[in-house]
Amino acid sequence: MLAYFIRRVGQALLTVAVMATIVFLSIYAVGNPVDILANPNADAKEMAEIAARLGLDRPLHEQFGLFVWNALHGDLGRSFVFNEPALKLIAQRMPATLELALVALLLSIFIGIPLGVWAGLRPESISGRSIMTGSILGFSLPNFWIGLMLILLFAVELRWLPSGGRGPTTTVLGLPVTFLTWEGLRHLMLPALTLALYKASLVVRLARAGTREAMLQDYVRFARAKGISPTRIVLVHVLKNIMIPVVTVLGLELGSMIAFAVVTETVFAYPGMGKLLIDSIGRLDRPVIVAYLMMVVVVFVVINLVVDLIYAALDPRVRLTEVEA
Amino acid sequence: MTALPEPAIRTPAAVDKGESLLRRRFSEFFESTGAAFGLALLILLLGAAIFAPWIAPQNPYDLAQLDIMDGRLAPGAKGLDGRTFHLGTDEQGRDMLSAILYGLRISLFVGVVSTVAACSIGAAVGVLAAYKGGRVENLVMRAVDLQLSFPAILIALVLLAVFGRGIDKVIIALVVVQWAYYARTVRGSALVERGRDYIEAARCLALPKSRIVFRHLLPNCLPPLIVVATVQVAHAIALEATLSFLGVGVPVTEPSLGMLIKNGYDYLMSGKYWISTYPGIALVIAIVAINIVGDRLRDVLNPRLSK
Repeated sequence: MLAYFIRRVGQALLTVAVMATIVFLSIYAVGNPVDILANPNADAKEMAEIAARLGLDRPLHEQFGLFVWNALHGDLGRSFVFNEPALKLIAQRMPATLELALVALLLSIFIGIPLGVWAGLRPESISGRSIMTGSILGFSLPNFWIGLMLILLFAVELRWLPSGGRGPTTTVLGLPVTFLTWEGLRHLMLPALTLALYKASLVVRLARAGTREAMLQDYVRFARAKGISPTRIVLVHVLKNIMIPVVTVLGLELGSMIAFAVVTETVFAYPGMGKLLIDSIGRLDRPVIVAYLMMVVVVFVVINLVVDLIYAALDPRVRLTEVEA
Repeated sequence: MTALPEPAIRTPAAVDKGESLLRRRFSEFFESTGAAFGLALLILLLGAAIFAPWIAPQNPYDLAQLDIMDGRLAPGAKGLDGRTFHLGTDEQGRDMLSAILYGLRISLFVGVVSTVAACSIGAAVGVLAAYKGGRVENLVMRAVDLQLSFPAILIALVLLAVFGRGIDKVIIALVVVQWAYYARTVRGSALVERGRDYIEAARCLALPKSRIVFRHLLPNCLPPLIVVATVQVAHAIALEATLSFLGVGVPVTEPSLGMLIKNGYDYLMSGKYWISTYPGIALVIAIVAINIVGDRLRDVLNPRLSK
C-alpha cells in the first residue's frame, strides 16, 4: 500500500508540474498586456516602464524560472490590473463560487433522486418516460441558454427573483455566506438551479438505474413478504442502496461543477472565481489566469488522487494490478 | 456416386445478406416515428443552413440592406420599407430570421467539421494504440486520461484565450478537447477486434501493417464510433455556443447562434426577449434533433439489442 501511495502521489505531483509548465508557457505567449494596461496616449518610454515594472521585459525562460521559484513559495504573482496577489483575489471570490457549487450540488440531489426513483419504479409509464426525456434535455441543452430563459421568466416577466449578482453576506466561521438571509437566498436560487440542472439529469439516470436494479433484489422481496409498506421499502431500503453510486459520482463531479460555474457566473453576473477568470481573460491579466488554472488543476488532481487512494484502500486488486503493469 | 449438393450455401447468399443488413438497419431506424421525425427535422435544418443565402429574407451582413431605424422591432412588426420582420430585429435593424439562418450555418459547420476532424484523429490514434500495444498504448491512454479528467469547457476556454477569436480557432479548440473521446471508444472496440480470426488471417497473408490497421481493424470498430460521433456533434455545437457566449468563440463578423444569443443578452432585462430567445430555440431544436437521431442509431447499431 505504501509503495502504491508513493507512486500515486508522485504521479499527481508530476501532473501538476506538467500542467503548470503548459499553462504558464501558453498564457504568457498571448498578446501584450501593456497595450491594455497603458494609457492610450502613453509613449514608448512609459510603455517600457510598465513592462519593466511587471517584469515583462525579461526573456521568457527567466520569467518562467521566477514563476516556478515563487510558486514553490506559495506566491502565484500579482495581478497586473489590481496590483494585489493573484491568490488573494481568487481566495476572496472562492467562498461565493463554493457556496454556489454546494447549493447546486444539494439541489441536484433533491431534484434528481425523487424523480429518478419515481422513473425507476414506473419505467414504462408516461411520467417515467417524460422524466427520462427531461433528463436527456438537461444533458444536452446549452446550460447558459437555460439560465437566460430562467432570467426571462422569473426576473423579467414575473419579477419574483433578482436577475443576477450576489445577495447581502453574513459571516459564518470567517466566511462570507448568503444563504442565511432571505434576500441572499433569492439571489442564489436561479444560478444554483441553472448549475444544478445538468448534474440533476445525471442523478436521475443513476437513481433510475439503481432503483430498477434494487427492486428486483431479494431484500426488497423479503421486505414485501414481511408486509412492510411500499413507501417504507422505497424510502428506507431502496434509497439507502442507490445513494452509494450517487454520492461517488457527485463527489467526482464537484470539481467539474466549480469549473462549470464559469458559465453560470457569467450569465448571472455572480461575483465568483469564474467571473474573475472571464474578466481576467478579457484584460489579459496573466497572473490571475495562471493562478486560477493552477488552483483548478490542483483541485482536480487532489480529487482524483483521493478517489484512487480510497479505492486502493478498499479494494486490494487495484494496487496489485498496478504493480503488475 | 451421386453428386453431393454444393456446399456453397453461404457464398452468394452471404453477399446478399451483407447488402440487406444495411437495408435492415435502415428500416429498423424508421420503425420509431420519433427517430424519423428527428431525422426529418435534422435534414430540414441542414437544408436551411446550406441554402441560407437563398432563402433568407435579407443578407444580415450586407450593411446596405440594414436600416438602423428598424432596430429592435418586436416580432411581426413592419419595417420602414413596409416589410414584416416575423422574428423581430436586433439592435442594428437586422432581421432575426435571416440572422438565425446564417447563424445556424456557422454553428452546424463548426459542429460537423470539428467532429469529423476530431473523430478521424481520435480514431487513428486509438486504433494504432490498440494495435501496437505496449509503450505507445500506455503513452496515448495516459494522455487521454489526463485530458478527460479536466472539463472540456475549461480546456477550450484556455485554448481560445491563447489563440484569440476565429472560426478556425474554435474548430481547433473543439478538436483538441474531443479527440480523446474517440481515441478511447475506438481503442475499446479495437482491443476486442484485435483478437479475432480475420486479423490473424490478414497477418498470415503478410499484409502491410498499415493495411491491417486501417482496412481491416478500423472498419470493424466503426459502429460505436458513429454513435459517439453523432451525439458529439450536438455537444460540439453546444460547446461552441457556450464559448461564443463567453466572448471567446467566433468573431463578431461571423456570428453563430451562440453569438446571437450573447448579443441579445444585453437587451433581455428590458424585455426584448426575441433577440436571445429565437436563436436559442433554433439551437435547442438542432441539438434535440441530433440527439434523437443519435439515440436511435445507438439502439439500431447495438449488436446486443439487434434481432
